[in-house]
Amino acid sequence: MYFHLSPLGDHAIVIELGDDINETVHRNVQCVSHAIEQQSFEWLIEHIPAFTKVTVLYDPMKTPYVNAHESPYEIVSKQLIRLLRTVKGSKVTRSRTVEIPVCYGGEYGPDLAYVAKVNHLTEEEVVHIHSQGTYTVYMIGFAPGFPYVGGMSERIATPRKQSPRLEIPAGSVGIAGKQTGVYPIATPGGWQLIGQTPLSLFDPNSTSPTLLQAGDTIVFKPITRQAYESYKEEK
Amino acid sequence: MILIHKPGMLTTIQDKGRYGFQKQGIIVSGAMDQTAHRIANLLVGNSEDCATIEATIAGPKLEFEQDALISLCGGEFNPSIDGHRVKQWCPVIVRKGSVLTFGQAKNGCRCYLAVAGGIQVDVVMGSRSTYLRAGIGGKDGRGLRAGDRLPIGTPASYLQLYIDEIKNKSFISLPWSVTHAFRTKVQNNQPVRVMISHEYHLFSKKSQQAFFNEPFTISSQSDRMGYRLNGPTLPLAEEQSMLSEAVVFGTIQVPSNGEPIVLLADRQTTGGYPRIAQIASVDLPIFAQLKPGATITFHEITLEEAQRLYMDRERAIKHLTRAITLQYQSRIR
Repeated sequence: MYFHLSPLGDHAIVIELGDDINETVHRNVQCVSHAIEQQSFEWLIEHIPAFTKVTVLYDPMKTPYVNAHESPYEIVSKQLIRLLRTVKGSKVTRSRTVEIPVCYGGEYGPDLAYVAKVNHLTEEEVVHIHSQGTYTVYMIGFAPGFPYVGGMSERIATPRKQSPRLEIPAGSVGIAGKQTGVYPIATPGGWQLIGQTPLSLFDPNSTSPTLLQAGDTIVFKPITRQAYESYKEEK
Repeated sequence: MILIHKPGMLTTIQDKGRYGFQKQGIIVSGAMDQTAHRIANLLVGNSEDCATIEATIAGPKLEFEQDALISLCGGEFNPSIDGHRVKQWCPVIVRKGSVLTFGQAKNGCRCYLAVAGGIQVDVVMGSRSTYLRAGIGGKDGRGLRAGDRLPIGTPASYLQLYIDEIKNKSFISLPWSVTHAFRTKVQNNQPVRVMISHEYHLFSKKSQQAFFNEPFTISSQSDRMGYRLNGPTLPLAEEQSMLSEAVVFGTIQVPSNGEPIVLLADRQTTGGYPRIAQIASVDLPIFAQLKPGATITFHEITLEEAQRLYMDRERAIKHLTRAITLQYQSRIR
């Protein structure tokens, strides 16, 4: 497995595992994250996986003293390299599948008609294409539990809105260019909104505060407005 | 309890930050000037992890509803209690009913109020820091407002002896304070030490030279999330698009308009712009004290120097912790 280390300031090391978004690099990112989680390095603060890299945050005060010539960066690098040599990338393909119920169109998906028009499709066809896909969560960023997702059909790709909405409600499912995603918290944004899920993607009081994690597979399941509302009421 | 009379410009509850959840997109938050926040805690016998109140530029007016041991560290705010000036960077005993007011920030722009026992708001995901956008942590996930009442924890038992000395005075400053070496004091044309980052070589030669040779000014569009810098624009040698990846406190990223942004406590966990440099950890506290309009110059140091400087300061803070403990215990036989 290819890897390359470089420093990000005096508290972080970036492990580069490729330079392009693809399944192999993504699986390697997952394997490396998993391997780091299995370790109990005293200097480890946390790690942050992204499309092609894993960034490791460390505390230079907690690295073991080797000799006066070795910096905390060198000590941490050596320990990481030793670990990375044992990681068998690509092999592990176990991933969770998370089903996200979505009420498409209407007041929950005010831009569904626009997405259909731009792509010369009917609204039903857009919903069908969007909900037939399987999507990979490459990374989480931007907001708590916000997934950067790959796998959307280009047949429903739609440019962002010219002027962003001041507030997009939590649970909104949207399209921006070739990406699709779900908004865990209310935030401003320029995505085309095609539906909304009654699931809560971010719950700070839960032991796993975000519904989605990097490496998950997502499927979207269309639900009726009635099902959406009864789901909300149960909560 | 502490009762807020006036909230000031932006007053929030912060601690060392919410670590461990960045892979889930949850930002760190925490005190902007970690050194001042930590020393404020140490001065009142708290662990460094306790929550303090962070005041910004125009501080709050608040009342102590119980006798308390407090300290005020960070920028110079000309604070006063019941109309009398009170010293910063030293422990102060305040009587129930005393009212603390902050002036305008004279040097720096953030001041930390620590109270023996800590500010006891609920812990959310391992931290009491306020995360404004997600509305969690601190007081109901927001900045403080008039009428808010904040619970105070129980001080270390050996401190009660001091607090009981207050009797009829409205406050007493203890006769010792932190040396100037620890006090963040912003200079004109503040030098800021940085390490060049991985993408430094993607910037044009002219950008690289301008970055180190010309001054930058903190823009008015600056907040806890990041500071925008006015000065020379820093284009890349040729246009590039980057994939999002992790950023950290003090990352200097440059969007396509060439205007650098320094990412601070409330930064997003990931970013997709090329990074020209990274501020050395040892200079983050002073940087976080800069007000809009302040000028700075960047100076390059190596990673080894940055780590050595950081560890020297951490050792100094450890010594300070022991010195403070000895000070308090010298009075108890």
